[in-house]
Amino acid sequence: MVTLVLPRLVSFEGSGRRAASVTERNINTLRSMYWVVLVSGFLEPVLYLFSIGVGVGGLIGDIALPDGRLVGYAEFVAPAMLAASAMTGALSETTFNFFGKMKFMRLYEGILATPVRPIEIALGELAWAMVRGVLYSSAFLVIMVAMGLTTPGRALAMLPAAVLIGFAFGALGMTISTLIRSWQEFDLIFSGQFALFLFSGTFVPATAYPQWLRWVIEVTPLYRSVDLARALSLGPVGWTQALDVLYLVALLGLGLTVAGRRMTGMLCK
Amino acid sequence: MVAGAYVLEYHLVNYRRTWRSSALSTLVLPLLTMLGFGLGVGAYVSGGVEGVPYLDWIVPGLIASTAVQAAFGEATWPVLSYFEWLKVYFAQAAAPLRVGDILGGHLAFMLFRVLTSAAAFLGVAALFGAVHSWWAPMTLVVSLVVGLAVAAPTVAYSASVSSDSYLAILMRFAVLPMSLFSGVFFPVESLPVVLRWVAYALPLWHGVELSRDAMLGLAPGWLGLLHVVYLLAWCAAGWLLAHRLFRRRLAV
Amino acid sequence: MDSLIHARGLVKRFGDFTAVAGIDVDVRRGEAFGFLGPNGAGKSSTMRMIGCVSPPTDGVLQILGMDPRRDGPKIRAKLGVCPQLDNLDIELTVRENLSTYARFFGIPRKVARQRAAELLDFVQLSERGDSKVEPLSGGMKRRLTIARALVNEPEIVLLDEPTTGLDPQARHLVWERLFRLKQQGVTLVLTTHYMDEAEQLCDRLVVMDGGRIVAEGSPRALIEQYSTREVVELRFAAESQEPYSEKLAGLGERLEVLPDRILLYVFDGDAAVAEVQRRSLAPASVLVRRSSLEDVFLHLTGRTLVD
Ligand SMILES: Nc1ncnc2c1ncn2[C@@H]1O[C@H](COP(=O)(O)OP(=O)(O)O)[C@@H](O)[C@H]1O
Ligand SMILES: [Mg+2]
Repeated sequence: MVTLVLPRLVSFEGSGRRAASVTERNINTLRSMYWVVLVSGFLEPVLYLFSIGVGVGGLIGDIALPDGRLVGYAEFVAPAMLAASAMTGALSETTFNFFGKMKFMRLYEGILATPVRPIEIALGELAWAMVRGVLYSSAFLVIMVAMGLTTPGRALAMLPAAVLIGFAFGALGMTISTLIRSWQEFDLIFSGQFALFLFSGTFVPATAYPQWLRWVIEVTPLYRSVDLARALSLGPVGWTQALDVLYLVALLGLGLTVAGRRMTGMLCK
Repeated sequence: MVAGAYVLEYHLVNYRRTWRSSALSTLVLPLLTMLGFGLGVGAYVSGGVEGVPYLDWIVPGLIASTAVQAAFGEATWPVLSYFEWLKVYFAQAAAPLRVGDILGGHLAFMLFRVLTSAAAFLGVAALFGAVHSWWAPMTLVVSLVVGLAVAAPTVAYSASVSSDSYLAILMRFAVLPMSLFSGVFFPVESLPVVLRWVAYALPLWHGVELSRDAMLGLAPGWLGLLHVVYLLAWCAAGWLLAHRLFRRRLAV
Repeated sequence: MDSLIHARGLVKRFGDFTAVAGIDVDVRRGEAFGFLGPNGAGKSSTMRMIGCVSPPTDGVLQILGMDPRRDGPKIRAKLGVCPQLDNLDIELTVRENLSTYARFFGIPRKVARQRAAELLDFVQLSERGDSKVEPLSGGMKRRLTIARALVNEPEIVLLDEPTTGLDPQARHLVWERLFRLKQQGVTLVLTTHYMDEAEQLCDRLVVMDGGRIVAEGSPRALIEQYSTREVVELRFAAESQEPYSEKLAGLGERLEVLPDRILLYVFDGDAAVAEVQRRSLAPASVLVRRSSLEDVFLHLTGRTLVD
């Protein structure tokens, strides 16, 4: 299905078409078992939602938002899980997989002998990560609505936010991949990713942390993403969220530019 | 037995080349978890759980869970690649080693990794003042048992598949749910009945209960004995299965 | 000017190291052009510049009348590249390697499938179409890479050491296919360090050494210029061949002493052998053969091992 629709959406000649051909290549690599891995990826945030949101939520009860309103712990955690899963999905595709294709499969050397340019490879890979991300986010939002953790209208607004979050982290992941030298360094990345997952206002409001730590946390990309998703899910939406969007768009632009440059430098010596 | 020790030595020597990068995550991940869940979320759990503060309640579960994660990590990708890509097992089988030596040596190495991960976590927990009993080191023994109870059957599984997609599936459908719903973060009593029995059936919950008894200095009682026996049954069944699959695959 | 590839003073540096030190090359439409040279001569670096994946450090380079620095994608659309090391897509099947690659050129899906089938036939891999790449033999992978270089019906095909590491049967199959391409009017540019390959396939070639071009011309012309018509190989039973070199003095244009034999570069081999016998030198074995590109190559680039 996707094979048929996707390239047609971007049928214009040039960069878009070439980037889409890279996405198409990834779709062609899907084999029976990998499909299961791919589709079941949406399970992860759902499991966290039930374990931490519902399970631990039972121990916590209600939690106070910055404006003083009380919400159930699951309602509080759910939008953060959406943002975190958009991050995890995008990063897994653009760090581990991307690095493997670049360094070990030498896949891109073959592709660069065709009219496709490095930046178009980056775009194509990113689009691929997003196809996955959108599927996961949609499934998660359906579950949120079914559990009464948000309204259908708000869920619709959160979907594009999740896509933006995924894009921004995907571009960031790609940049990291071009800077990394060996597989071992992924341990480091994973630790960093886990730290973001725990401390970005995901499980407790950032106000719970000491002042200095709050400053650090508030400039991290996942904090901005969680802030955006949570505001869309629970309200109210204001200027801070415009800032979040701006931040993520800037991250996306910067990440893509740097990744494209570094790829050119590495592959077109 | 002696031959198995040579195999263990092989894995240890191999590990010497890469331990540095994994050492960092072995220390940092528990530290982060302790801060994020123990202190962060714990501050919102007013009144604690089962009469103890949330941090104290969650740490033993996290130690058992860490042991399981380490066991799983060592029993999946390395085993698959030793069969499929690096062919290490075949090289070992060409030497005068029995299947039991090859399997036992590798499992021993996995337990070494389980032990170091659990010990690192215990050390970090002590720094946070979450260790209250002289029985606490017993949690390391518990970690070894629950580690083997997961590692042995997982090795068998890894020996029977040919693509790493299957490993990702096991992670997603078995290990992650087990880690999240085995009484590590909240008591299993609050699970619906069916899910509670699933948790009882899987190894981690038994390890968590034993670990919690040890860390809090509680007497495990007859139920404790049952936990141990049940975990040992997983170990034995896993070993037998793994041994059979190894023998078939190595064709000796 | 019908020069498809036009280079003047082309230079490639990696940091302080100069891999290509200013070469002039012109490749005409429809010919088979070879870069001959030992390892490290700068052949691959040159090929990568021509393939528009490696920007030249200095000099002029025009391909199909375009500038690689500006029109990379446009030029690459008309090139077929078979790199020195196969970089096939191990996550795809043999057939998909071709059809997917065609999509990078914007070839419609239906045409791509059809062309994949034709090319599999061309390189005799039709039976392995649905196999993965990994289990293929080295020769099959090479043929698949060559087929992949043809999916866009290129005007120029770049082949970097197309047959290195292949067994004799596989090499001959590849040569035969390349020869067919040449007959179809495709311009071939290849690198090799096999003399027989260069003699078989190339209309014209340059010999590179240390980043420079040291000789240029057709295989015949190069042999005439840098070697004699025939070579006599003499093997003496003694421990060392050295003492015989004096006794052979004055025979032929040039004489080369190797550990196990002596080479005499002469116009008329039989006459030289008669003269050897007249001097009653009694070698253990005698071989008279035509001079080959190998003799030119070794004469120009020396016998010392490069790496
Ligand atoms: N990316 C690179 N960085 C640094 N040096 C390189 C690079 N690529 C090639 N070289 C060096 O340039 C020289 C010529 O290499 P190459 O063009 O591959 O030679 P050939 O193909 O004739 O064997 C070699 O000494 C090689 O080590
Ligand atoms: Mg080369």
